[in-house]
Amino acid sequence: MQKIADTQIHSLPSSTRRAEGESLYTILVFSENLAGILNQVTAVFTRRQVNIESLNVSASSTPGVHKYTITCYCTEEMVKMLKKQIEKRIDVLQARYYTDDEIFLQETSLLKISTPVMLENPDVCHIVRQHGARIVEVNPTYAAVEKTGSTEDILSLFDALNRLGVVRQFARSGRICITRGTREQLDDYLAEREKEKMQ
Amino acid sequence: MLALKAEGVRTIFGYPGGSIMPVYDALYDYTRGEKKAFDHILVRHEQGATHAAEGFARVSGEVGVAIVTSGPGATNTLTGVADAMIDSTPIVVIAGQVPISALGTDAFQEVDLVGVAQPISKWSYQIRRAEDIAWAVSRAFYIARSGRPGPVVLDFAKNAQTELVEFMVETVDFVRSYVPYPKLEQEAVQAAANLINGAQKPLALVGQGVELGNAQDELIAFLEKADIPAGRTMLGLSALPSTHPLNVGMLGMHGNYAVNLKEQECDVLIAIGMRFSDRVTGNLKTYAKQAKVIHLDIDKSEINKNVKTTVAVVGDCKASLPALTALINKADHKAWRDSFKPLDEMERVRVIEPAIHPQEGPLRMGEVVNAVAEATQGDAVLVTDVGQNQLFATRYFRYPKRRSICTSGGLGTMGYGMPAAIGATFGAPGRTVCCFMGDGGFQMCIEELGTIMEQQAPVKMILMNNNYLGNVRQWQDMFWNRRKSFTRMMNPCYELLAKGYGIPYKAVTDRKDLAAAVSTMLTTQGPFILECAILEDDDVLPMTPPGKSVEEMQLEVR
Repeated sequence: MQKIADTQIHSLPSSTRRAEGESLYTILVFSENLAGILNQVTAVFTRRQVNIESLNVSASSTPGVHKYTITCYCTEEMVKMLKKQIEKRIDVLQARYYTDDEIFLQETSLLKISTPVMLENPDVCHIVRQHGARIVEVNPTYAAVEKTGSTEDILSLFDALNRLGVVRQFARSGRICITRGTREQLDDYLAEREKEKMQ
Repeated sequence: MLALKAEGVRTIFGYPGGSIMPVYDALYDYTRGEKKAFDHILVRHEQGATHAAEGFARVSGEVGVAIVTSGPGATNTLTGVADAMIDSTPIVVIAGQVPISALGTDAFQEVDLVGVAQPISKWSYQIRRAEDIAWAVSRAFYIARSGRPGPVVLDFAKNAQTELVEFMVETVDFVRSYVPYPKLEQEAVQAAANLINGAQKPLALVGQGVELGNAQDELIAFLEKADIPAGRTMLGLSALPSTHPLNVGMLGMHGNYAVNLKEQECDVLIAIGMRFSDRVTGNLKTYAKQAKVIHLDIDKSEINKNVKTTVAVVGDCKASLPALTALINKADHKAWRDSFKPLDEMERVRVIEPAIHPQEGPLRMGEVVNAVAEATQGDAVLVTDVGQNQLFATRYFRYPKRRSICTSGGLGTMGYGMPAAIGATFGAPGRTVCCFMGDGGFQMCIEELGTIMEQQAPVKMILMNNNYLGNVRQWQDMFWNRRKSFTRMMNPCYELLAKGYGIPYKAVTDRKDLAAAVSTMLTTQGPFILECAILEDDDVLPMTPPGKSVEEMQLEVR
C-alpha cells in the first residue's frame, strides 16, 4: 500500500483577528470585463489596511459583467469607505456591502484524508456522515471528501477530522452569495444609466 | 494624430524613443507645413513632460498631453501622474510599449506600465490594436477632463502604432460604469440651506473644485448673499479673488492665523470642492468639533473620508452652488467677520510685517515674494516648487485672477516648479509666469533649463537660495533637536549655469537692489533667472505643528 506524505496539518492559519466594532461584511462588486480590474479592487483593501478573508471572481448573469464576492472584517465606517473607493474606479459598475443576514451564502471545501487511518478508526466515516459531507472518491491511499456549507460548518468538519490525524490536504473556496433583497440593484443601475445615455 | 486633433489638442510635451517612433514620425508632419495641428515641446526628461502638461492644464483648463517612450520613458512619468492624481489635474500620458508579440518577455524597454500606473491614475489602458485607438484616446480625454479630473495613462503597443486602419472619429461622452456628474439631491441642498440659514458664525472653505468646475462666479454669488467669510486652500487660492472682501486668507498648516482659529469657533462649516487634507485640518480628533459640517464635492468618496459631515451635497459645484444660493436667506454676519480682524492684525504685526518688510539682516523669502507680487499686481500666474519657497510664495502672492496658481499641493513634488512653469507659459501665453524655487527644487528638474532655452519660454525664475533644504531644516530645528541632518547643500554657480543656457541672470544680495532687479526681470523679454541670497535659517510662520490642533497654531517659533 502506497503511503502518502506523513506531514499532517495541525491547524489552519487563523483568520484575521477581529478588533472592537468590526464585523464580517460581504462586498459584491460588479465590473466591466476589462483587464486589470481585480488588481484595482484589491488595491483598495491594501491601501486601507483591510485583509481580504475570501475572494471569488466569476462571470455574472449579465453578459460582459464580472462579479466579485469579497469578505472582510472591518467597521461599518470602513466598509462604506471601501465601497465608495471601489466604485470610484472607472470600470467598476457597482459595489454593495452586506451582512450575513442579507444574503444566501455558500462555501465549498475539499479534504484529502488517509484511507488507512479511516479504516482503522470508524469515527472518521461517522464524522463525515454527521457533517453531511460527501466522499467523492476512495482508493487504497486516500479518500476525497467534499463539504459545502457555511464557514463554520466547514471548519467544524475540518477540526473534527484533523483531531483524528486523518487530514492530508484541505482546500476551501471563497464565499459565493446571492442577495435576499427583492430588487436587482445592478439591473436597476444599468437601466438607469441606459436611460441617462438616451437623454 | 487624428484622434488627438479630434480632442482639440494643441500642445504636446514629449520625448521620443524606440517604442514611440511611429508616433513621432507622424508627429513630424503634424507639427509643420499644411498638416500642422500641434506644437510639440521637446522636454529634457519625461518627468518634466508630465509636470509641464500639469502646468498647462492648470492655467488653461484644458487637458495637458505628454508623449513618451516605453520603459524608462514611461516610469519617468510616474511622479507626474501621481502628482496629477492627488491634485485632480487633467493630463493624458501616452507612452510607447513594445509590440504585443513581445509583451511579458522582458523585452528591451518593456515595463508593465498599466500595472504600475493603476493605483496612481484615474484610468490606465493598454492599446493593443489600431482599431482601438480612436475609442481609447477619446475615452482617455473624456475621463481625464470630466467629473473630478485626473491623469489617464495610455500604454500604446508599437504594433498598434504601425497597423493601418481607416480612422473614424469616435467621441466617447458616456461610460456606463462612470458617473462624472452625480445628480444633485434636492433634499440635501435644502438641508444644507437650512443649516446655513440658522448659522450665526458660518465659515466657507474653498478648494480647487470651484476652479475645476468653473464656478467662481457662482461661489461669489453664494458667499455674498449670506455674507459668509471664506478661507481658501492652497490649490484654491485663485478660486476666490484675493481682493474680495469675504476672503479671509489661506487655510492650513502655514495658512493665515485668524481663519485657522475660527475653524474652531464657527457654527457651520461649508466645505466647497476641497478634501480636508491633513495639511488643512491638523489633528482630526479635535478639528471643528463644534461645527455642523456641510460638504459640497463632486466625488462622493471624499464625503466622511476625513471629517464627519452633517450634510453632504454631492455634485458639480457649478450646479450645487446656485441651487444652494437660491434657498439661502440674505444675511449679515458683520460682527462675526469683524471678529477675524484682531487676529489678522496680530498676524500682520508679528509675522507678516517682519517677513515682507524686514529692516535688517539678509534678504527674506517673504520680501522677495512681496516685491514680485507688488510689481506684477494683477496678471501674473504663480508657479512654485515645494518647500519654504512654496509656503512663502503662496502666502504673499496675490490672486485677483482665476486659474493663477500652479503648485504641487498633495504630493509635494520637489522639481515640479520649473517644468510646470514651462507648461504654464504655453497654457496662458499672454500672462506673466513667475516661478519661485528653492535651491533644492531648482536642481531637481534643472535639466528643463534646456527646454526653456530652446523654446525661449518666458519663465521668470526666482531662485531663493538659502543653501539649505529649508523646510526640512526648519523641522529639524523645531522638532529634531536642531540636528541638521543632510539639509545643508552645496550649490553650483547659477550665474555660470544661466550663461551656459544663454538665459539672462541677475543676483540680489542687498534689499535695496531688490525692486530694481525684479523690474529688470519683468521687463526683460523671455526667460530670466533672478537669484536671491536668502537668510539661511528663515522660518515659515505661522505654523500648526504636525499632529496638533489648528487652534495651536503658533505665530513664533517656540
